[in-house]
Amino acid sequence: MSEFLQFLFSGLTVGAVYALVALGFTIIYNASDVVNFAQGEFVMLGGMITWFSHAAGLPLPLAALVAIIATAALGVAINKLAIGPARGAPVVSLIIITIGASVFLQGAAQLVFDKQIHSFPAFSGDTPLRFGGATIQPQSLWVIGGALVVFVGLWLFFTRTLLGRAVLATSNNRLAAQLVGINTNFVMTLSFALSAGIGALAGVLATPITLTAYNVGIGFALKGFAGAMLGGMGNPKGALAGGFLIGLIEALTAGYLSSTYKEAAAFVVILLVLFFMPQGLFGRRSTERV
Amino acid sequence: MTLLSVEGLGIAFGGIKAVHDVSFRVEPGEIVSVIGPNGAGKTTLFNMISGVYRPGAGRVLLEGEDVTGMAPFRLAQRGMSRTFQNLQIFQNMTVLENAIAGFHLQERGTVLADLFNLPSSRRRARQAEAGARELLARVGLERAADREAASLSYGSLKRLEIARALAMRPRVLLLDEPAAGCNAVETEEIDHLIAEVAASGVAILLVEHDMKMVMRISNHIVVLDHGEKIAEGAPAEVSRNPAVIAAYLGTEEAADADG
Repeated sequence: MSEFLQFLFSGLTVGAVYALVALGFTIIYNASDVVNFAQGEFVMLGGMITWFSHAAGLPLPLAALVAIIATAALGVAINKLAIGPARGAPVVSLIIITIGASVFLQGAAQLVFDKQIHSFPAFSGDTPLRFGGATIQPQSLWVIGGALVVFVGLWLFFTRTLLGRAVLATSNNRLAAQLVGINTNFVMTLSFALSAGIGALAGVLATPITLTAYNVGIGFALKGFAGAMLGGMGNPKGALAGGFLIGLIEALTAGYLSSTYKEAAAFVVILLVLFFMPQGLFGRRSTERV
Repeated sequence: MTLLSVEGLGIAFGGIKAVHDVSFRVEPGEIVSVIGPNGAGKTTLFNMISGVYRPGAGRVLLEGEDVTGMAPFRLAQRGMSRTFQNLQIFQNMTVLENAIAGFHLQERGTVLADLFNLPSSRRRARQAEAGARELLARVGLERAADREAASLSYGSLKRLEIARALAMRPRVLLLDEPAAGCNAVETEEIDHLIAEVAASGVAILLVEHDMKMVMRISNHIVVLDHGEKIAEGAPAEVSRNPAVIAAYLGTEEAADADG
């Protein structure tokens, strides 16, 4: 039992990070139908910029804030410089552009920072907390709490605020949104800023546990994508649930089967979802009338 | 001052002049129709006026202000609204939500007020909903309010689009084939609706294939052929104009008709 609890804790911890990445996917997908594969790089940048600024002498909270803001700005820049000029291109082309952006960010991080693995201190110390024979790091609670807070914030934003509903309207029909007076370019900018900021936050929260390096982004992107697909692409509830589920599946696979298969778990899930329920757990079957 | 004035508007796609040097004016309360054979450039003209395409030449003035090539959302803020021949509806929303979306600009509040669900935010939402229901009643869709928009018939969606456009209290309303796909009864309802809206002082620019409807409700008609204006005037004048008859029937027949 305590063994299972231990796997559960570690699954929830990584799952929270995947959930944050999946939420990032969801926001951009909702605003533009684009699956942004640079999402994982935002996580990497969050960790790397925080480490770099902290090493340069900034206190940790300030370093984290700098990382989140800088990453959000980079997200906006990617939208303006890479996605924006290709507006009107097929969605597949835009997705390939985001893969390009991902490769670029990874290379740039390698040049600007270095190729070492980095970390910074956990926020509330390293003394593990005990629960029913298993232990959990205080930092895990930060990560899980962070995912829940972001989810609730996004949920309120999309359901309650006019701006949030403008984002949903844009995703539903861009031209119609413009007709009722919504500035769809601003909606895109906002979505990229939000999505990149959330990715960076995930990186900030997770780095004391998972460590960071210039090349950790792609792993987060794929797991987060698996989470978003499992939950139903475009649905925030699905992203949250899907992210946590992928984390749990991974941890249980590692615990009960073998840690060698851990990495494969997420990909098996992607395949199963695509074969048997492409709309995911919470997704709606998409229909379009002409 | 003229509400909408189009001056020498033109655009070319890959060297082909889709619209060339078209000018006309629309005054408040007036219904101006743009007619012409298929491919004459009517929808292209609409797309330039409403900011979907940037014109290659000419100007669009809204109450004397140059709004040429301005993005649709900015035009919406300035009081120009339109509907589309091929419908631009929020398919995943309900009918009511579609109409409420039309109140977007009037619902402006702060994100924080919305987040904390302050009374000001609730009041705005209530007003938008009440207004939306009123408009749905006006276009005869009040009983479909809670249905998914995608489940409506084509004719109903046309009316929903008009309701959404009216929600913005436009000063200029561009209607692209509002009666297409509607039966005779629905066409007559739309007919009345347009006349009523115009009577309230809104300038209406209409593209429509139903000639009976055009002749009945227009104050002024602009005729396009091959992207150029070949005639304009009151319905009675235009319908007698030999150039117009020629454009619709072909020159030989027109010559025969003359002879």
